[in-house]
Amino acid sequence: MENSIQSIPQNWYLILSSFMFCIGIMGVLFRRNAIIILMCIELMLNAVNLLLVSFSSYAGNAEGQVFVFFIMVVAAAEVAVGLALLVSIYRNIASTDINILSKMKW
Amino acid sequence: MNTLIYTACLGLFGLLAEIFNFRKYLIPILVLGLAIIFSLNLQTWNHPQTHFNGMLSDSNFSTAFSGLALFIMLVILILSTDFYSSTDDEKHISDYMAILMFTLCGALMMFSYANMAMLFLGIETLSISLYVMAGSRRFEVKSNEAGFKYFLMGSFASAFLLFGIALIFGVTGTFSIDGIGAYMRMHADSLDPRFIVGMLLMVFAMLFKVSAAPFHFWSPDVYEGAPTLITALMSTLVKIAAFAAFYKLVSVCFVFAMGKAELILTFSCAATLLIGNLVALVQDNFKRLLAYSGISHAGYMMLAILSLQGSTDSALFLYSVGYAVASLAAFAIAITVFKATDTESISGFNGLGKKNPFLAACLTMAMLSLAGIPPFAGFFGKYFIFSEAFRNGYEQMVFLAIISSIIGVFYYMKVIVAMYSKPANEFEIKPTFSYQMVIVVCLILSLVLGLYPGVFTKLL
Repeated sequence: MENSIQSIPQNWYLILSSFMFCIGIMGVLFRRNAIIILMCIELMLNAVNLLLVSFSSYAGNAEGQVFVFFIMVVAAAEVAVGLALLVSIYRNIASTDINILSKMKW
Repeated sequence: MNTLIYTACLGLFGLLAEIFNFRKYLIPILVLGLAIIFSLNLQTWNHPQTHFNGMLSDSNFSTAFSGLALFIMLVILILSTDFYSSTDDEKHISDYMAILMFTLCGALMMFSYANMAMLFLGIETLSISLYVMAGSRRFEVKSNEAGFKYFLMGSFASAFLLFGIALIFGVTGTFSIDGIGAYMRMHADSLDPRFIVGMLLMVFAMLFKVSAAPFHFWSPDVYEGAPTLITALMSTLVKIAAFAAFYKLVSVCFVFAMGKAELILTFSCAATLLIGNLVALVQDNFKRLLAYSGISHAGYMMLAILSLQGSTDSALFLYSVGYAVASLAAFAIAITVFKATDTESISGFNGLGKKNPFLAACLTMAMLSLAGIPPFAGFFGKYFIFSEAFRNGYEQMVFLAIISSIIGVFYYMKVIVAMYSKPANEFEIKPTFSYQMVIVVCLILSLVLGLYPGVFTKLL
């Protein structure tokens, strides 16, 4: 298990997860569909998970992998709340396009 | 730590109240419980301890801020009896109360965390509960919009926080804030670039959470759309919790590395002060006005974080108390007025001075305290933060802050002018007894703190 993770240089994990994180940021900033934005946030969180797992494997320190469980639990709770809010929005405006959600400005 | 456990128990009790159907007695029981927890919390004073293998630590800092958070939640609970009086709300009252208790749990974790895991869990417990509360008026699009915007911005910021935590873990190999602080002290001259990137990401995330410019844009929308009571909670408890967590994070983990982030923080502080005060000038909606005023107050509190070399925690605490009591009084009056006039614009306050001189006088006092005019607590909070910042060599920032607080007086005066010199509208405005009590208690606290600020200046 350790070996298979460590057969790839540590910096590559860093690059890969930074890349995934940036895709997530771009998605949140530029996509207009609320569900896709939710998915992009999940992608950002999973980039963090990957990074934590690789760091903790390289350092031989299980703390990082425990933290991953915390992140997974919280992400699940967050998505549950986010989707619930989205459902109540959909009931009111019959759309998941966040551009419609601009009742309030300035 | 006991404070946290008991508060979580109260939250569970709130959920059980739904099942066993004693919703009527729920709020009095919770108020009583919070009052007991408040006095238990004082026992940890001067008894610093760590719990759960260094996950949480009690210190005078956490005790003082926990006390403030408990007080704020107590006030919010008392206000909620009349705020949630419609039949639809009464059906959900125990859900609301349970979620409010869990919000408080999150805040308490943010005051006493000693490990990044607890910081993250605290922020998320606080935020997730508030996403629900902000969107709790299910059939109003505005409330939905507020909840969803808050959710998107909050989870976006949390992702940054996590990436920062992960990078710092990669460098230091620990999540404990003392461990990270020890690493930072040992390698102060040659910090790993990953550490610095991680620190910057965490600082950005915290700036998001305290709604400092340029990450402030979500807060006016969320404050306007959320139910007014929840707005009161967000602008007091959440802002103070985020600042206390930010302060602790910076002072324990990053104090010697802050040179790298100083430029960003200075820029953000200046932008927050200017944007908060200037945009508030053109607001007509009272909640948006208070939101921008909250942004400008975030700017003043950031001065305390900028000038960390001197210990500014007592100044931050004094400022938080002054800000919290004045805001709570203002929101209590606003809820009464909104309910009577059915509008949230400043014109709802027209002629309040003639119709209800008591409320008008109280709102004037709250506004003056927020504007930072003596003898109220707001003035001394500002004074101590400015003098600490001045002593640590941020003269230009203090100058800017003073200019912007003079601008601030104008929009607070706008409300006072509306109350005393505009013709009265026909609505009758009469606060209930519990609201009057809350308003009077908050303003007396503000006045006492303003007259005897020495109680708090050397507290922490």
